[in-house]
Amino acid sequence: MNLFYTATDHFVLSPAIQLAFWGCAILLLDTWLIPDPRKRRWLVPIFVLPAIVLTAIALGKQHAYLVSEGAREISAFNGALTVDGFALFFNWVFLISTLIVSIVSYRYLEIEGEHHGEYYGLILLANCGMFFLATGTDLVTLFVGLELMALCFYVMVGFLRGERRSNEAALKYLILGAFSSALLVYGFSLFYGMAGATKLSVIVKAMQGRDPWDPVLFLAMATTSVGLLFKISAAPFHMWAPDAYEGAPTTTTAYLSVASKAASIAFLLRIFLGPLDVARPAWEPLLAGVAILTMTVGNFAAITQTNVKRLLAYSSISHAGYMLLGLIAGNDTGLKGIAVYVLVYTFMNLGAFLVVIALRRQNIIGEDVADLAGLAKRHPGYALLMLVFLLSLAGIPPTAGFLGKYYIFLSLVETGHYVLAVIGTLYVAVAIYYYFRIVRSMYLDEAAADTAPLASTVGLRFAVGVSGLLTLCIGIYPEPFLRLAHTSLLK
Amino acid sequence: MQGVPLSWYLILSAILFALGVAGFLFRRSIITVFMSIELMLNAVNLSFVAFSYQFKQVDGHLFTFFVMVVAAAEAAVGLAIILTVFRNRATLNIDEINSLKY
Amino acid sequence: MLDTAFFYAFALLVLGGALLTITQRNAVHSAIWLIVSLIGVAGLFLLQKAEFLFAVQIILYVGGIMVLFLFVIMLVNLDEAARERQFRGRWWVALGCLALVAAETAYFVIKGRDAFRFAPRPETPASPLGNTEQLADVLFSTYLLPFELASVLLLVAIVGSVVMAKKRI
Repeated sequence: MNLFYTATDHFVLSPAIQLAFWGCAILLLDTWLIPDPRKRRWLVPIFVLPAIVLTAIALGKQHAYLVSEGAREISAFNGALTVDGFALFFNWVFLISTLIVSIVSYRYLEIEGEHHGEYYGLILLANCGMFFLATGTDLVTLFVGLELMALCFYVMVGFLRGERRSNEAALKYLILGAFSSALLVYGFSLFYGMAGATKLSVIVKAMQGRDPWDPVLFLAMATTSVGLLFKISAAPFHMWAPDAYEGAPTTTTAYLSVASKAASIAFLLRIFLGPLDVARPAWEPLLAGVAILTMTVGNFAAITQTNVKRLLAYSSISHAGYMLLGLIAGNDTGLKGIAVYVLVYTFMNLGAFLVVIALRRQNIIGEDVADLAGLAKRHPGYALLMLVFLLSLAGIPPTAGFLGKYYIFLSLVETGHYVLAVIGTLYVAVAIYYYFRIVRSMYLDEAAADTAPLASTVGLRFAVGVSGLLTLCIGIYPEPFLRLAHTSLLK
Repeated sequence: MQGVPLSWYLILSAILFALGVAGFLFRRSIITVFMSIELMLNAVNLSFVAFSYQFKQVDGHLFTFFVMVVAAAEAAVGLAIILTVFRNRATLNIDEINSLKY
Repeated sequence: MLDTAFFYAFALLVLGGALLTITQRNAVHSAIWLIVSLIGVAGLFLLQKAEFLFAVQIILYVGGIMVLFLFVIMLVNLDEAARERQFRGRWWVALGCLALVAAETAYFVIKGRDAFRFAPRPETPASPLGNTEQLADVLFSTYLLPFELASVLLLVAIVGSVVMAKKRI
């Protein structure tokens, strides 16, 4: 009789157990254990902190084990979960974004009149789903983890139930999300048919020696990649992103744009560098086209936007295009570039959204570019940090964004994709144009009549400060972060 | 030993999937769009079960089982969201749900 | 022979039901035809010795999800929608879809049975256990992790639908 749940299984699963446990605990606490609604208001969010600390400890132990044993990976549940540098790297990214988003949500949701404990429960459970996307190496686990994350996000996007924009954003996101999941899982069924198993390692073996243009493999590749490209919002499958980003509560938008995208990228890399690796000649030109289209749509559509959230949505679409370029190059530099890019993007994009969160005050929506006018005079600190984030998003040295783009372009040059490198560089110029519209509004335009103070709490100031500091730090002293990214290489 | 070859099931599943995609892209009523997604998931289930029968193992059955669980969860949340949208807007026509476009 | 006859009968139910689901004007009619299609799929499950899934398909899909659909259709007033224009003009996508399936079918017809290369059929005889026992064995050993994960997923679905649909939380 073999054991179904060994000590190794527990060790590998422990971060997810912490997240799921505390997620459920918060849901319970919110309804049962704290009957006084006034106490509940500030007591429930505090319970996110032990959850994150305990998850971090569990992740840290795994990290220490990998380093001390010199092992490449720990495999558990008969190969359904694999903790390697790649999984750990992405899990750290998810956990950091969870921490930042949960400490800034409090005031924002109160202003919106929808501050409920369920929000924090959903954030933690979404992070639990992401854990399985980064760690899972079995199609079933990956699929259920993906849906766990997606369901949490559907609800969080529609969390402002009284507001039309939020309802519609949730509906659009859900319908297109469910559609893309169906496409994805159709591809999975073909993988199962080709390999007779659902473990990625077995599928990779079964794929060896298959012709890249084999019709079944091509169909599986087409459906799977369309599903995955939907999830990372690459053009032409990006149409849900601007609507979902604009309609969702800004805290959710921040989380969605960073953590969900990182998780989807991790998932995409696992599939493309695993079972689909043999079909590289087939998907490389396709992905190159998608990447170019994504950068074009993202950058040009952002130019005309007046809503900051929508502008950042299009900018995040174009960033997905840059990350795809790293996969197309496909050498170690490229994959390391994607990891660096994800890390950098987390801080700079979160930071930019945090400033938008601060602009939402009682009776002021604060989402238009015009709402930022005169910010430099009234709140020089926030304006300066926003400047750092925007410079970084545009990819200007010495900020971190430059580093991310540098490695991606370097990998393209190394592998001889000169055209893609040139196109990518040209679009940086377009990006500078629309990011500087925001900068001009902050520094040159006269302040509008409203002089209400920003809704800044201690948590928000801390989060913006840390994001800004790290955005500069990674740009100026990148060595430790590059080493971290290097451990995340899949091959 | 068996009458119906695997490929017939797969072709059937592909046609059903295509019908689901067509319904998803064409219909304007959100409820019908949702039903089209259910059709697509059923096509997936059909091909999983066909492969499973071919390989004489139950892994495909289990994948189908999980797809059904996910379909149920998605339908529950989706229909709840549809109710909120309807409460605030009183229309379920996709082209009229457009306050997010300018 | 009998298998083939049943296959054709169920396939007719599946495809006919699906076609009517996506073309009916009235959402209730669509739902009823979807049920027909789902029952056809259940029949195909039975034909392939998936008794457990047959039962789940009937109970969960037809009995659960479709009833949920009908409830929502009743709650939201769709009389208006039935009179409106039903289709959106994106014919090129439909043509693409159709062409893909047609190409696949044509390829299959030309190449015959070996058109698609899948994993080989194992020589071992099928397990003497019944389908449900086998499923239970595998579900609670190999697939224990996704099973537990599915419980969290369902919890999120419950909480999510309550948060969305309830007026005051």
